[in-house]
Amino acid sequence: MAIIEVRDVWKSFRGTPVLKGVSLSIEAGEAVVIIGRSGGGKSVLLKHLVALLQPDRGEVRIQGTDLCRLDERALLAVRRNFGMLFQGAALFDSLNVFENVGFVLLREKRHTPGEVRRLVAEALERVELPGIEDKKPSELSGGMRKRVGLARAIVYKPSILLYDEPTTGLDPIAGARIDGVIRRIWQQLGVTSVAVTHDMASARRISNRMLMLHNGVIHADGPTRDILDSDDPLIHEFVNGIAPDLPAPPVVTP
Amino acid sequence: MEPGVKDVPWTSPASSGSSDPGSSGPWYWQVDRTRSSVRDVVSAFGIPQRLDSALETLGSIAQLLGEVLRSFRYQRPSWSEFVRQLYVVGVKSQSVVITTGAATGMVLCAQTFFQFHKVRLDTATGAVVSVGMASELGPVLAGLMLTARVGASMAAELGTMRVTEQLDALRTLATHPVDHLVVPRLLALTVAAPLLTGEAVLTGIIASYLVGVKLLGIEGAYYLAYVNRYTSFGDISIGLVKSVLFGATIALICCYKGLTCPEGAEGVGRATTEAVVAASITVLVSNFFLTLLLTRLLGWN
Repeated sequence: MAIIEVRDVWKSFRGTPVLKGVSLSIEAGEAVVIIGRSGGGKSVLLKHLVALLQPDRGEVRIQGTDLCRLDERALLAVRRNFGMLFQGAALFDSLNVFENVGFVLLREKRHTPGEVRRLVAEALERVELPGIEDKKPSELSGGMRKRVGLARAIVYKPSILLYDEPTTGLDPIAGARIDGVIRRIWQQLGVTSVAVTHDMASARRISNRMLMLHNGVIHADGPTRDILDSDDPLIHEFVNGIAPDLPAPPVVTP
Repeated sequence: MEPGVKDVPWTSPASSGSSDPGSSGPWYWQVDRTRSSVRDVVSAFGIPQRLDSALETLGSIAQLLGEVLRSFRYQRPSWSEFVRQLYVVGVKSQSVVITTGAATGMVLCAQTFFQFHKVRLDTATGAVVSVGMASELGPVLAGLMLTARVGASMAAELGTMRVTEQLDALRTLATHPVDHLVVPRLLALTVAAPLLTGEAVLTGIIASYLVGVKLLGIEGAYYLAYVNRYTSFGDISIGLVKSVLFGATIALICCYKGLTCPEGAEGVGRATTEAVVAASITVLVSNFFLTLLLTRLLGWN
């Protein structure tokens, strides 16, 4: 059974349709990237997977449970299976790094304080940021904030990790670094990974399957290599950054 | 989140046009249906849109209160967060509330004295000040100051959390925003408001004594005797009951405005302004009805 199943999901905002019958199925352990134009509804689709948004029509099933049938309190238990990295990291700015990363563990009170400290240190080690527990989010760079957000998402060992534009706003080096961390986490922890991005360099690095969302529907779905080599003009233009209605950029010669 | 989208984070918003959930669906679907029927009635009677949205806001605040009450069933409030909020809300508001209480007591004493002096009722000044401060001005002024100082900050903080996706992050971390954010704030303000009101009333009476006796020359012994004779236990109880209700109402309205804040910096600004205006007006208007209810219907004074 698919771990994530989306069936004919429709969503409009103020009468403007964003998703127009999206269906997809993701198996456990896959690393899926959803690509598509900015403002095309990728983040909206991602938020449906964790029931931060409810569809106007259709179903979102996680391990067979239809999220649309659950109220907010019942959803809390389902969401325990998810870790999510937000576009702007969404760290709690009133808390320090330790309290942010250990948020769920401290709240659940299933672990001793020593164990929480060890698990938080481990998670920070995994995102290559050891020893920054006492810093405040405001003291961190954009890339560091994202990696702390990632540590917060993995510390309680969820089975599904969602990434909303993981490299947006980062320089290429910081982007490559976070991609490396995402790929390693996927390989080492065996989690199901779903990311949305329009950064093709990042999409190549962190996926083994690619879906393209276009005009509110899934336009293409296949292994990353096949999508990148696709002859479909729409995919070709997107993957190679070609704007059909604009003249080709001038060739720069030294 | 798309601009202008208003989903309420204490429910999963069942949207219009969704496949019919059936009568066995969760409670918020029932609420949503009720809301639609209210809207149908409102439009059938040609009631203006503004009233429609006011009714909807009232309904949503009632739902938030319902969720707060449900929260006590599912989750024990966090003691440490409550204490932290009590410090922020209560301890840090003392200087503002004390200053307001003292200033109001002084001016009330002076003005009452000027009028009463014409009819040789100087010594009754203390009674007017103490009864007025204990049952009306103390709770109302403390409520208004708490709205300005604490309510505004609650709306702005929660609003900022919403626009920076911290509320969504909270939900993905399997934490209900009402449990983590609203309940501690509401409890803290409900506990802090009567304590601060007590302080405001006391400082107001002391300040009025100093002005009346030391500055305006009222006989001190009479002043105190009249304060004692005319300030009943009922007056003090009315003030404290009002302040408890004001504290809870301010927290509820301001948290609601923060949680449903529109997108962007402008949205946070608007949510904060609306929170302060709505909470202030609620304090002032409900004060009148509470006075009637507690004095005439329950006969507390």
